[in-house]
Amino acid sequence: MNKTLFTLAASVALGAMAASADEVRVYNWSDYIDEDLLTKFEEETGLKLIYDVFDSNEVLETKMLAGGSGYDVVVPSGTFLQRQITAGAFQKLDTGKLANHGNLWDVIASRTEKYDPENAYSINYMWGTTGIGVNVGKVQEVLGADAPIGSLDLVFNPANMEKLAACGVHFLDAPAEIIPAALAYIGEDPDSHDKDIIAKAEPILTAVRPYVQKFHSSEYINALANGDICVAIGWSGDILQARDRAAEAENGVDIAYNAPSEGALMWFDQMAIPADAPNPEGAHTFLNFIMDAQNMADASNYVYYANGNLASQPLLEEDVIGDPAIYPDEETLKNLYTTTPYPAKVQRVVTRMWTKIKSGT
Amino acid sequence: MRSITNFATTLVIGAAAIYGVLSTYWFLSTLSGPGFALGFASVAGSLTKFALQAAISVAVIYLVWKFLSEDRKEPVVKNLLIGTPYLWLLALFLVPFVIVLKISLSDTALAIPPYTPTLDLAAGWKGITDFFSELDFENFVWLTEDDLYWKAYLSSLKIALTSTILTLLVGFPIAYGMARAPTEWRATLLMLVILPFWTSFLIRVYSWMGILSQEGYLNQLLMSLGLISEPLIILNTNVAVYIGIVYTYLPFMILPIYSALEKLDGSLLEAAEDLGCSRLSAFWLVTAPLSKQGVIAGSFLVFIPTLGEFVIPSLLGGSKTLMIGKVLWEEFFSNRDWPVASAVAVVLLLILVIPIILFQRNEQKQREIDG
Repeated sequence: MNKTLFTLAASVALGAMAASADEVRVYNWSDYIDEDLLTKFEEETGLKLIYDVFDSNEVLETKMLAGGSGYDVVVPSGTFLQRQITAGAFQKLDTGKLANHGNLWDVIASRTEKYDPENAYSINYMWGTTGIGVNVGKVQEVLGADAPIGSLDLVFNPANMEKLAACGVHFLDAPAEIIPAALAYIGEDPDSHDKDIIAKAEPILTAVRPYVQKFHSSEYINALANGDICVAIGWSGDILQARDRAAEAENGVDIAYNAPSEGALMWFDQMAIPADAPNPEGAHTFLNFIMDAQNMADASNYVYYANGNLASQPLLEEDVIGDPAIYPDEETLKNLYTTTPYPAKVQRVVTRMWTKIKSGT
Repeated sequence: MRSITNFATTLVIGAAAIYGVLSTYWFLSTLSGPGFALGFASVAGSLTKFALQAAISVAVIYLVWKFLSEDRKEPVVKNLLIGTPYLWLLALFLVPFVIVLKISLSDTALAIPPYTPTLDLAAGWKGITDFFSELDFENFVWLTEDDLYWKAYLSSLKIALTSTILTLLVGFPIAYGMARAPTEWRATLLMLVILPFWTSFLIRVYSWMGILSQEGYLNQLLMSLGLISEPLIILNTNVAVYIGIVYTYLPFMILPIYSALEKLDGSLLEAAEDLGCSRLSAFWLVTAPLSKQGVIAGSFLVFIPTLGEFVIPSLLGGSKTLMIGKVLWEEFFSNRDWPVASAVAVVLLLILVIPIILFQRNEQKQREIDG
């Protein structure tokens, strides 16, 4: 009897805490994990996993800067991570709780130090490039066999876009990636923070704006795979997923991904723990689970993105580790650029320009 | 003089009561929040604090009440009762508005929350003066400099007006039919109008995406009937936005018109026809004027929320659909510029004040007629 009372009292007392202590809330990009891993995590750790998705760094940042997002793990890209660290949105990782930390790949870690010095706040989840996905058959039908599918000319030359509009073109709704691409196209520094240089991207984008069916950062996977659109500026792995979905559906759609010859943005998605995470303990458990070589390999094999985990490489399938669109060779690497966050004043100019371009005013 | 003292007494009692309620809330929130995790000491601490606050609150109310002369008790109680709705108004409308106004006067910053200055009460009076000295109207000036905002306001006005008229055209015949239907059917018909509210609004808008898309049901139907050979592009255009708005707001138009038409005395129409009116002119001379109040009420109920509509244009409209609600979302989420977003919201509210006042006047007039 006494024991029952005690248990009852204890469970009432701990009730409030227990609700958060065995729950981990993860906020990751859409189409970015093998969902079997989510079940596996719950089975292995006994923790309840709440997994939500987003498709825009900007939306994630709004939630982070509002505070109290309620998430334990979030996945901003490098430049956004850097801004949010400055704003005090994240807590330092306790590497003592991350037994698998040694699996990380030093090559990627040294690159992400640019955004997160000493990688104190984050681990790399996956990385990739921003490029062009095409429905090869349709594009060649419209532009001829010598269509410039490996060049930004395909999407920034109004003459090409006018013809492609009929079969549908999507652009990422991500100013921090499309504007650098437009600058790369005209031979300017894609990472320029000079307002006058950034302004040069506007006429390029305004000229092709009428031919863009939609600015969206996740719909293009299905739209490409179904044949609803023929060209998308998108993220490498997403376009490769579209390629696979089309192949599985056997609908005759043949999708190809190219990092443009004028240069392509290389980005890093970093897992970090918000400063006000309700369950930092569980967050570390999740990060450690993700850093396991087999789990990370499963994730990459599923979503076709390269990861920052060296130990996972022997476990990767050949069409992942062997594909230069995913794990670029030396030659491709030379062609990739990275960007850094805009200062506040420039940021305002960039976002304003983006709103204007999108709304076509 | 008496009434002023009564008023002051009411304020003191009200303030003490609110203080008591708030301290209970703080206490309960530390219990369920992180405070509990800190262990027994902190719970005991907050319990002491709560006991003190509750004692102050109860003591103030008790003392004021005790020393209040008998003849004053009644007016004070009356004041408290009258004051309650104003308290709701204050808490649910004025306070949020002042917060938005405050953000609209600040500047963006890379911080949590993403604007500056924030009010630092810990710094005392200096914190407050510093706070006010840093506020300015820069964001409102910005709105006038960029024609995007004016275009968005105008385009929202146009879309709201057009869809109000369309909703009226669709809604009036339905309301008319319902009011003329046999009495035993009316309850069922009314139910059918209200029924869609039982499903989430978002899901209903999504289902329109399924109907209107290029591979959607509408195109499949039209093509199988041989009416069109190429699928119509409706989704992601303004046409889809109008369809969505008319569909969503239809009940708001039907219900007030129905209630006006239902009250209509059928013998008036018979009289008009007896006196030589055709059915059509009887409609224009009798039914239309008598349903005017319902039409006006319905139109405002559709117009006002449509002006700031965000969900429908963002799901059904294309990137060419320019509406102020969408611009507001962009400013807030994509641009992470809370101050400008707040300034847009304040201006939107100011624009809405005019139709809201007109709506109130109409309601007032209606009440006078009914009374």
